[in-house]
Amino acid sequence: MLIPHPLLGLRDAQEFTYLGDAALLDRPDPADADAFADYVYLRDNPAGVHRELWFHEQGDRSWLVVTRDTVTHEILGAELARDVKLKGGAA
Amino acid sequence: MDKIIQQEAHNLSGQCHQGAMVRFSGFRVFAEAIRGHKGWRPLWRNPDPQPGYDYVIVGGGGHGLATAYYLATTFKKARIAVLEKGWLGSGNIGRNTTIIRSNYLLPGNEPFYEFSMKLWEGLEQEFNFNAMISQRGILNLCHTDAQRDAYRRRGNAMLLAGADAELLDSAQVRAMYPFLNFDDARFPIKGGLLQRRGGTARHDGVAWGYARGADMAGVDLIQNCEVTGFRMENGRVLGVETSRGYIGAGKVGVAVAGSSSRVMAGAGMRLPIESHVLQAFVSEGLKPTIDGVITFGAGHFYISQSDKGGLVFGGDPDGYNSYAQRGNLPMIEDVAESGMALMPMIGRARLLRAWGGIMDMSMDGSPIIDRTPVEGLYLNAGWCYGGFKATPASGYAFAHLLATGNPHETARAYRLDRFARGYVIDEKGVGAQPNLH
Repeated sequence: MLIPHPLLGLRDAQEFTYLGDAALLDRPDPADADAFADYVYLRDNPAGVHRELWFHEQGDRSWLVVTRDTVTHEILGAELARDVKLKGGAA
Repeated sequence: MDKIIQQEAHNLSGQCHQGAMVRFSGFRVFAEAIRGHKGWRPLWRNPDPQPGYDYVIVGGGGHGLATAYYLATTFKKARIAVLEKGWLGSGNIGRNTTIIRSNYLLPGNEPFYEFSMKLWEGLEQEFNFNAMISQRGILNLCHTDAQRDAYRRRGNAMLLAGADAELLDSAQVRAMYPFLNFDDARFPIKGGLLQRRGGTARHDGVAWGYARGADMAGVDLIQNCEVTGFRMENGRVLGVETSRGYIGAGKVGVAVAGSSSRVMAGAGMRLPIESHVLQAFVSEGLKPTIDGVITFGAGHFYISQSDKGGLVFGGDPDGYNSYAQRGNLPMIEDVAESGMALMPMIGRARLLRAWGGIMDMSMDGSPIIDRTPVEGLYLNAGWCYGGFKATPASGYAFAHLLATGNPHETARAYRLDRFARGYVIDEKGVGAQPNLH
């Protein structure tokens, strides 16, 4: 798989480490134990389009939000996670 | 003798309309050989769904079929259906590397897997089907002193749960498998943890044996019947919507592995599960060379040799969410490198096939067998890539839960709410990161 890095162009997915659903950007207040348990443990896990966090560990060490189809492995786009968060999060 | 054969032939012809009722035996094979093999019949019926059942099992894979089998036989329940979206055994039961073992560490896991091991040991007699269960031994290699200490601890945990375990030193391993790369500079082999009762089983045969046994006990095995949703009222499940119409149900048990999140979304639930792809591989057929199961301790690599001669091996999941049933080349390279590090002779073998299956990776690497917040709806999921060895105990424990309303004594820890309550069962200790389990 090739990930279209917004700054570096197409990069091999092997340079990245996978974390999971981009909803992890939207961390709730830990004081709300139920919401925080849901945040840590529950996932939508869709078959189809999935927004997910990839870390460019062997590259520029940026976090990306990659949009990918989990049924075909087709990668539909990538943004800097920072930009996504500043725009209001993954939701 | 002729009279006996005639009697047997009469029995066969008299039961043609329900051929699956005939038991297999050496005598039966002999009688069929004389009669030109004209008496073999399909192993199970292919019924249309009834309007309703007492028990509906969603998923006709290993765990679903085993659940229906034990519900109908051990727990004496009737009016049971298994609903399968494709054909029986078309998912991970037909895609795994066939290893059976009970070499776990944690108290929530080890008694359950040892219970499964004991069921494996009697399975072929129990369901009258040749599942080619072969207790050829599984050897986990260790490469550092710390790893040996960890294996000693694990072996003791296994012994405490009634399983068998032997810690071998390097010389003992060398006597068993002289072809391993013992003096590798990075990963010298210091010894291993051996479970002699572990081994392999013919994975499809397990599905077929349970399917035939369940059918003989009156279970309706309904294929090409995809569950698309649940009909619920006042927090209680009434039945399932399927591609073949609505089917009413007293209780619904869901055992759909990689599709768990999709199916349970129909009941409004989110699960502590991600679906990931795991690849497996088989080489061309070779003469007998590996007589047990060997796992590499410095990477993730496990290998055995099938009775046909192919080397069957695998490694880690690819590492990203996937429903594709196929992986990518980097993991193939990774697995091949691990194999070469462990046994350089494998480099001369040609890879015949590679394939992928969708794993229901849970957040702590351990499974879930539990009720759900919806009354009458039960869940069996989260097997990660270790579900095959668990098939008998998973079916038994799930049937126990469905039949009695209480968890089986070896499956009490597999609660759905254990994550929020902080009672995770994390064998690897890597936390809520499914691709690392």
